Amino acid sequence: MVYYVAALSLILIGTYAVLTKKNIVKIVLGLSIAETGVNLLLITIGYVKGRTAPIFSDPSFRPEKMVDPVPQALVLTAIVIGLAVTALALAIVIRLYDHHKTLNIEKIRQLKW
Amino acid sequence: MKKVLALASLAVIGFVLVSTLRLVPFGVNKMNPQVAERYLREGVARTGSVNIVTAIVVNYRGFDTLGEVTVLFLAATGLGAVLFDKRGKRTQRTPASLIVKSAALILFPLIVLLGAYVFVHGHLTPGGGFQGGVIIATGFLLMYMAFRSYDVSHTWLMAIESLAGTTFVVLGLLGLVYGRSFLYNFLPLGTANAVFSAGVIPLIYVAIGLKVGSELTGILDHLMETIR
Repeated sequence: MVYYVAALSLILIGTYAVLTKKNIVKIVLGLSIAETGVNLLLITIGYVKGRTAPIFSDPSFRPEKMVDPVPQALVLTAIVIGLAVTALALAIVIRLYDHHKTLNIEKIRQLKW
Repeated sequence: MKKVLALASLAVIGFVLVSTLRLVPFGVNKMNPQVAERYLREGVARTGSVNIVTAIVVNYRGFDTLGEVTVLFLAATGLGAVLFDKRGKRTQRTPASLIVKSAALILFPLIVLLGAYVFVHGHLTPGGGFQGGVIIATGFLLMYMAFRSYDVSHTWLMAIESLAGTTFVVLGLLGLVYGRSFLYNFLPLGTANAVFSAGVIPLIYVAIGLKVGSELTGILDHLMETIR
């Protein structure tokens, strides 16, 4: 249960940072935090009480004593995609800073309508 | 005003998430008997990989992983394109201390060794190509941080990356030739829990490990070179 609370708080903290912060780097950080929360939430949904990781490293391990492997495989994919998104976002932040000499989104005029 | 609006929308998001998750009990078995439980029951016999997560990522959903590697490649290429004209201007304000330099020289080969270990044993232990590749990239990051003039050969990075990506696709196509489908496990499965087992899974994971390692090193290299 505490994992659900933690995952939800991470998602909400990340979204709050994205919504209120002025610094673009902090917005990218907020995206990363929210993404971590989503990953934790998926893993938590796949967890089954009293069971272990889905690895048969010992012949005595039984499939009935293992957690759901599918969310773990999905989260593995999600982490890699998240890393790619963060790297690309940071590259664009570097470009924006070069062009406007500021990281404050309120001072970047083209972002307003 | 803005903060109030943000907090209000957060309250809505939180309420929706909480009311949805109330229907998803914690720690109860929710596995689909046709999918997850089947992977657990038949995974080792069918793929030869004792790590079921690896069996899913590389074998059952190998095509998905090919797409994932493609996304990572696109991100690395896009980053290179966005930062195209900012190359070769790397300057660091203060040089790293002697302790960092000496430690980096000792740790770097060990980190690369650990990364290689993680991706070679991807079908036996927790870990795999992506994790091993990231560990190798952290080794290179340490070297970039410690030495001002440290630089990786871009020709080699590109060569390793392209070779690893081609290996993945060629292994998939060989599955089409010698088996029934793309990425079919056409090599003998061997005995479970041995390093040389699980057919093409270790080969694909070594390719992924090299590809992710060289791609992330390339990303780090691009980002480090733009520091002023």
